[in-house]
Amino acid sequence: MKAAVIVFPGSNCDRDCKVAIERSTGASVDMVWHKDTALPAGLDLIVLPGGFSYGDYLRCGAMAALSPVMSEVKAAADRGVATVGICNGFQILCEMGLLPGALLRNEKLKYVCKPVALDVVNSQTRFTAGYSDRREVTMTVGNGEGNFFADDATLDRLEGEGQVVFRYRENPNGSARGIAGVVNAKGNVLGMMPHPDRAFEAELGSADGAILFQSALASA
Amino acid sequence: MRAKVHVFLKPGVLDVQGKAVEQALHSLGWGDVGHVRVGKTIEFDLAANDEAAAEAEVKAMCEKLLANTVIESYRVELA
Repeated sequence: MKAAVIVFPGSNCDRDCKVAIERSTGASVDMVWHKDTALPAGLDLIVLPGGFSYGDYLRCGAMAALSPVMSEVKAAADRGVATVGICNGFQILCEMGLLPGALLRNEKLKYVCKPVALDVVNSQTRFTAGYSDRREVTMTVGNGEGNFFADDATLDRLEGEGQVVFRYRENPNGSARGIAGVVNAKGNVLGMMPHPDRAFEAELGSADGAILFQSALASA
Repeated sequence: MRAKVHVFLKPGVLDVQGKAVEQALHSLGWGDVGHVRVGKTIEFDLAANDEAAAEAEVKAMCEKLLANTVIESYRVELA
């Protein structure tokens, strides 16, 4: 089992992701610099970590979406490799058009950092299969621009097709329909604002995030 | 040629910064201020001399990078 974490200038959860994946799955994790032009061979999972890539200049994730390595990430995602964007990584996936919608400033203009309860809306994705007996999980959010937006037609489609994966029990940032995480139509690209990488062992307050990494790699 | 690109959140998209600025203006006594929107302006030089070609080029830049058309609209000025 092999995973890669893409590192951008301004990423700050890259090491958290590496440790979280290693400890929860035993997989080997390569750190890939955003200027690289190739990904390691045989990847089962690609993670775009949280942080403030390029200082959130222009729009969160806009610059990172154009980094040299991202055309390789897009090609891998198109081939069906499991790809997860967490927080800033979610913003990057939306900017790349790999996921629908966009992330706006939080409704109350406040940076929100706290553990949140999430409904597992769809436990039949390759990322959430391990939650099949769970309705609710807890992970930490940490975002200032985590307010998920898409037009109503897109939201209806996402809900209808089972692409809404996680929903906040109590909406912390104004996200449309309380959406915390979505998958693409093919089901191999997941974007989420809550951090599974900050919830992978009980000492962190929750180990629920470990199940997500385990599911993603078990599906490869 | 100098290009100015104005980028704003689309009308249907909640502009929380605009709302906060509006409330601040109200609290300063300008109670009749409404529908405040906060946007950004991006300015740059272009080698092109042909206005139509320049506009097409700047629009391509907006679609690719300067604006996220899921949430933002843009307006191009050339001078």
